[in-house]
Amino acid sequence: MHVTLTINDTKHSLDLDPRTTLLDAIRSHAGLTGTKKGCDHGQCGACTVMVNGRRINSCLSLAVMHDGDAVTTIEGLGTPEALSPLQAAFLETDGFQCGYCTPGQICSATAMLEEIRAGWPSHVSETLDGPALPTEAEIAERMSGNLCRCSAYPNIVAAIRLAAAEREDAA
Amino acid sequence: MSVSSSLPHESAGLHVTGQARYVDDLPVPAGCLHLAFGMSSVARGMITAIDLEAVRAAPGVVAVYSAADFAVMPDCSPSLHDEPLLAVGEVHYLGQPVFVVVAESHLAARRAARLGRISYDERPAILTVEDALAAGSRFEGGPVIWARGDAAEAIAGAERVVEGSFEIGGQEHFYLEGQAALVLPQEDGAVVYSSTQHPTEIQHKVAEALDLPMHAVRVEMRRMGGGFGGKESQGNALAVACAVAAARTGLPCKMRYDRDDDMMITGKRHDFRIRYRAGVDTDGRVLGLEVTHLVRCGWSMDLSLPVADRAMLHADNAYWLPAVRIESHRLRTNTQSATAFRGFGGPQGMIGVERVMDHVAHTLGLNPLAVRRANYYPEASEAEAGPGEVTQDEPEVTGADRDLTSRGAVAEAGGPAPRTPRDISASKKTTPYGMEVEDFILHGLTEELQKSSNFAARQAAISEWNSTNAILKKGIALTPVKFGISFTLTHLNQAGALVHVYQDGSVQLNHGGTEMGQGLHRKVAQVAAAAFGIDDGRIRITATDTGKVPNTSATAASSGADLNGMAVKAACDTLRGRIAAFVAEKHGGTAAEVHFAGGKVFVGTEELTWEQAVAATYQGRVSLSATGFYATPKITWDRVKGQGRPFFYFAYGASVSEVVIDTLTGEYRILRADILHDCGTSLNPALDLGQIEGGYVQGAGWLTTEELVWDAKGRLRTHAPSTYKIPACSDRPGQFNVGLWQHPNREETIHRSKAVGEPPFMHGISAFLALSAACAACGPHYPALDAPATPERVLAAVARARGPKTACNDEL
Ligand code: FES
Ligand code: FES
Repeated sequence: MHVTLTINDTKHSLDLDPRTTLLDAIRSHAGLTGTKKGCDHGQCGACTVMVNGRRINSCLSLAVMHDGDAVTTIEGLGTPEALSPLQAAFLETDGFQCGYCTPGQICSATAMLEEIRAGWPSHVSETLDGPALPTEAEIAERMSGNLCRCSAYPNIVAAIRLAAAEREDAA
Repeated sequence: MSVSSSLPHESAGLHVTGQARYVDDLPVPAGCLHLAFGMSSVARGMITAIDLEAVRAAPGVVAVYSAADFAVMPDCSPSLHDEPLLAVGEVHYLGQPVFVVVAESHLAARRAARLGRISYDERPAILTVEDALAAGSRFEGGPVIWARGDAAEAIAGAERVVEGSFEIGGQEHFYLEGQAALVLPQEDGAVVYSSTQHPTEIQHKVAEALDLPMHAVRVEMRRMGGGFGGKESQGNALAVACAVAAARTGLPCKMRYDRDDDMMITGKRHDFRIRYRAGVDTDGRVLGLEVTHLVRCGWSMDLSLPVADRAMLHADNAYWLPAVRIESHRLRTNTQSATAFRGFGGPQGMIGVERVMDHVAHTLGLNPLAVRRANYYPEASEAEAGPGEVTQDEPEVTGADRDLTSRGAVAEAGGPAPRTPRDISASKKTTPYGMEVEDFILHGLTEELQKSSNFAARQAAISEWNSTNAILKKGIALTPVKFGISFTLTHLNQAGALVHVYQDGSVQLNHGGTEMGQGLHRKVAQVAAAAFGIDDGRIRITATDTGKVPNTSATAASSGADLNGMAVKAACDTLRGRIAAFVAEKHGGTAAEVHFAGGKVFVGTEELTWEQAVAATYQGRVSLSATGFYATPKITWDRVKGQGRPFFYFAYGASVSEVVIDTLTGEYRILRADILHDCGTSLNPALDLGQIEGGYVQGAGWLTTEELVWDAKGRLRTHAPSTYKIPACSDRPGQFNVGLWQHPNREETIHRSKAVGEPPFMHGISAFLALSAACAACGPHYPALDAPATPERVLAAVARARGPKTACNDEL
């Protein structure tokens, strides 16, 4: 099947078996290996990317469902020379050990901060009608779909808080 | 100077931008084939027929191999040569590879692997400790027994006797990056990319499988997405399968386990049942202790013997045991072959004696911390002299097994005869295995932690709180860690390095250690930067490569920085000496007076830049490449007698955990954790803090939510993260205070630091014992909590604490 994906602002025309997951399309067909495969079952978050600005587990979605969609992967967020605020924050706080979960954590956190900003409540939010705040508890809850076996969690949360605070300052 | 500073991970910029490559990310050459195993569907049986017609006919399949295709089946074992790549005639566990599919794509290989038809003559599987004991299914002739004094007599004469039995579950590594290997055939051998902690082992097994000398195989390893011990021997099968397929097809071959396959095929942490009987005085001081370890090793030997040995070596943890008998049964079961996992048996041995302390305190109605402290080894005094003379024994590797760089190498067919108890006179500083504890610091460290965590006040507040809350109960516990550092197979305690200084002053560093997230490369680069007095930016560490540094040991036993850091330092010192000698001769003064700092080389009254000094030395026709080598001194270990000094030194620490349980559902939370951990003079405090925090969470995961379940047929039912729960971000303790105990190592380690990979894992034990304390607050009886303390087990422990009469309704 023919599928057109815009990945990190570049159009990719791919000929795919209809059963190909979005993750495999990104990794094997578009050749972008920054997005990782931890479980292929939607349970670890290593494959998190943003589709039209919202985070999803790309292993749980078929590529054909995203014909025409705009996909952002870790490679699209920034480069070593021009890091995104969250990438810079992860660097600053040492928010990883082996690094395998890191692309998923950063993509997930990028979209998650937007969710907080938009006032979406979570399981730990005090009220349902906002505003939601990037507190430690909110971040831990909202990031619990991104596993880190090295348990770099303290530094991951620190990175996200740092990025959130910097954005507040800038706002 | 960059030693002891908190510089970030060496690949930090690559990690945050997704540019760090792991084996599965490497671009593969055109025509690369992909492999998948067809697995056994029964736990034990004879194979009566294998029908692979449908597999061969499946789309994209290039070749299919099973036992019939090999005159000699390649072996994947790191010890006994008892792990055929593919089952030959019989299967030993559910999930064992029986055939391998070679196909044009990963998906095609996996789909085809499902189509195999294998018939079995099933035999009753040996799954449990009881099954194995009844069938006499074990490794080595009988149990291994180490003893000091007459424990039975000491217990008989003691005022109180405490006894029990305790289940300790295994643990899945769940390295986020699954096992993977890629083999490129060469005109006279192979190049292997493998996600492995032990490149030399991969080189050895691949060479053996291809019937080539080791020089024909080169293994390269840039980084792993986590290892935790699970990539010490468990990557052998993938690399060997790819090598064989690549040799036969002449094409590059790649294999990556999907998560479920990874969990079904590979080994996990050994689960234990520990029986104990302690005789104590009224202060809770242990007079005699008998411990029995019943260890489920799985179907093949792998590294089980040294793992079970290390459990025995940590059966004392921080406590002086005047009379002790430790008995260890290494049981062979029809399950995945249990393997190395962070701590390597140490955690299981340690939690055994911590359980004893907890039980003793409960029985005597004493504060568990007081009981622990009463049993601590004596504190080393500052003034104490260094260790006495120790004679160095020859390494004891003999027999047909030439797998010398594996921790399983001591294993010989049949195994050594059971050991007899022995008696030695010992001071209060002597471990059950005859090593003097010369560096004990836990008295001071515990006191500081008690203060910083406000332990006494919180303990009092918690018992107050518990007296007014019927449904929720809190618990708090402080537990110590004393962990022995060194490979117990003495000859593995060596490392090599290769350092090149290029004419522009840039430095390339090669060493035998592998990077799996622990920050080893960063630490080693800091060592080199300090030696040359230059900025880290001038130094590049390449992938670990068996072609550059040969005969390496696994990056395991927490030894990475200790061994490789010293080897790198030796190479750098050689090069610095050459540069110093050259510039001194040219500019005057002696080589010894030449000083390297801040990117400068100071010679006599002159000052050169590092680059000038290097260029001049090069032009002076002096070699700017050197190897370095290190062998850990002082250690000697006789594993048959269970005597010697297996460890160069001990790493220490202590932690306090506070938890709350819901006695209606068994659910719980870790409210707060405080850790004080000994890293010697830390090489990199930020990296060490990361190891400590991560170790605690992983250790607590092992003892709380991570439960492995096999059904009656021997099928692992928890083979994906949906059913196997590793800690998530929200499972972290609400309050988490971690401190470094920064005192130089007494022993001459690299910049007086201490190894930090494994020891913090055992701080998770305090979370478990805090749960035990919370259960104990529910009634008068000892809760005898088993691990992992799932909500079900917590409920059972609460019921035991309440006792038969008060169970359920009475309380409410
Ligand atoms: S790989 Fe998609 S969630 Fe794990
Ligand atoms: S850094 Fe290793 S899994 Fe997160």
